[in-house]
Amino acid sequence: MKTYFENIYSALYTALVGMKITFKHLFTPAVTIQYPEVKPRMVERVRNRLYVNMDDCIGCDQCSRACPVSCITIETVKALPTDDIGKTSQGKKKALWVTQFDIDIAKCCFCQLCVFPCPTECIYMTDAYEFSELQRSNLVYKFATLSESEVAEKKANYAKLEAEKAAEKAAAAAAKAAAPKPAEAVEKPAATAPKPEVAKPEPTVTTAPAKPVTPEKKETDAVPQQESLPFSEPSADATVKPEDSTAAEKTNDTNSVS
Amino acid sequence: MIYDSLIELLKWLSITGPAASAIAAFINSIFPVVFIIPFALFAVYLERKVSAHMQDRLGPMRVGWHGWLQSFADILKLIQKEDVVPAQADRWLFNIAPVLAFVGSYAAFAAIPFTSTYVGSGIDLGIIFIVAISSLVVASLLMAGWASNNKYSLLGAMRSAAQIISYEIPTVVVILTLLCVTGTLSLYQLSENQTGNIFNWMIFGGYSGGWQKFALIPFMLVGMVILFISTLAEVNRTPFDIPEAESELVAGYHTEYTGMKFAMFFLAEYANMFAVSAIVSALFFGGYQSPFGYVGKLLGISWLVPFEQLFWFTMKGMFFVFVQMWLRWTLPRLRVDQLMNMCWKYLIPISIANFLIVAFLMAL
Repeated sequence: MKTYFENIYSALYTALVGMKITFKHLFTPAVTIQYPEVKPRMVERVRNRLYVNMDDCIGCDQCSRACPVSCITIETVKALPTDDIGKTSQGKKKALWVTQFDIDIAKCCFCQLCVFPCPTECIYMTDAYEFSELQRSNLVYKFATLSESEVAEKKANYAKLEAEKAAEKAAAAAAKAAAPKPAEAVEKPAATAPKPEVAKPEPTVTTAPAKPVTPEKKETDAVPQQESLPFSEPSADATVKPEDSTAAEKTNDTNSVS
Repeated sequence: MIYDSLIELLKWLSITGPAASAIAAFINSIFPVVFIIPFALFAVYLERKVSAHMQDRLGPMRVGWHGWLQSFADILKLIQKEDVVPAQADRWLFNIAPVLAFVGSYAAFAAIPFTSTYVGSGIDLGIIFIVAISSLVVASLLMAGWASNNKYSLLGAMRSAAQIISYEIPTVVVILTLLCVTGTLSLYQLSENQTGNIFNWMIFGGYSGGWQKFALIPFMLVGMVILFISTLAEVNRTPFDIPEAESELVAGYHTEYTGMKFAMFFLAEYANMFAVSAIVSALFFGGYQSPFGYVGKLLGISWLVPFEQLFWFTMKGMFFVFVQMWLRWTLPRLRVDQLMNMCWKYLIPISIANFLIVAFLMAL
């Protein structure tokens, strides 16, 4: 009989205690964040979308080489001595026109390895995380500031410069050759040696000192030989679908090399 | 009474006889629908908001200001949905069940006085009529569960039938207790008698006066708690929602229902919630009566009084609906044996003891 009334009491009492708690919570502010309108603050040093401050970029290609998934493509053209590219914010003089600086953020694994080697700290992770696209091609971010015509102009300029230099050297060599031989008989092989090297750029007009496309290729070629053949193979297969035929060829190349 | 004035109006329009009474009855019966449907829409919204805020969430926030149009959006969605009937279902019963569920809860409104000028039907056995007609809901739930040809539906229906039938006993015993005190079963009479001020409400011993009034207060309180608990169980709300226990039975008897038929069950559930709240408030809290005087009477504007009464009626109903929601988001669901224990071992003996004591007090 005693437990009977105790049961009644505890049932009513516990229900009331529970109701008190829920009633209190009726007036505590909600923890909900109204997402698209209100966004949560990201933590410091968050790793999201990459950004390149092109004003500071010197086109050194170090980020591209650091990237484990080769998602950064850089192409540069040497500037003419007369060109004024300006300086970085740290006062470094720029010597290269960056004609192409593409980051395929779809491939990016947000490892931040590209950020550390940058000598001017111009590539960094931002806290932007809403960049989904319907087309995969839209995820290739082009950071190069030069327009297509400008790029063509810079390349033409450089080719002209190279041609002029080559012509000059050729003329100098010719003049040397024409000049009295015996005096500089010893020097002659040394003078002729640079000749073919300088003459090289003449046919390939677009090549630049930094070698725009080749570094990537070099890397993919080099990596499997060094240590990680099994590592590079699947990653290349996974990230590159048939639409990217050049990359597929690349992987084939590496396979055949190995 | 609105019905009488309607007859008068029709007489003035030279319509008399059975045609007039039919038209008047039809118009008269429209009022509860006009009340129930907006209420159900609002209650669904309220339920979602209350549950959300009790869990430190926000609830619907997108459709309209603070999501106030959410219920309308839901209804639009439900109307558009395909009406699926399971291949092995008993078509006739399956289609009738939701209609019957709503009819049962709607018919209960016939005897509930909304104001002193409007009650669907002023029958003397009002409260007994409500208890009787709500049994139609049991039939409809059983129909729905059986016709769906689904084990979850059938289990839910069986549970709900067992639960509703059990919990009708304490309800009726509490009503008998009140009958002892007031001598009337008409909710309209009962509400009319509790006029004046808050101390004439049945929860404070009623309007009878004398020393019994004060002696009755604790027993009225016990009766009120029992009535509230048992009506809560009758409308299958948490913590007594084992017929539609989501975690065990998917959705109970309306598992197989879609679109508007599901909406009918939903509407019936919310109409029931309000009906039992209205009954609790009519029996113990003065029904449509204001807790103090009426502004209309004070200013001498007699037409204002019914609107005030409607306001108080709605407010009291809403308050008990809110308490139901409050309990829903506070207490966990009872087990079947606990449910039966509570009814047969606690509510029924206590209500009968309460009834005997009150009867003894009134006999003195």
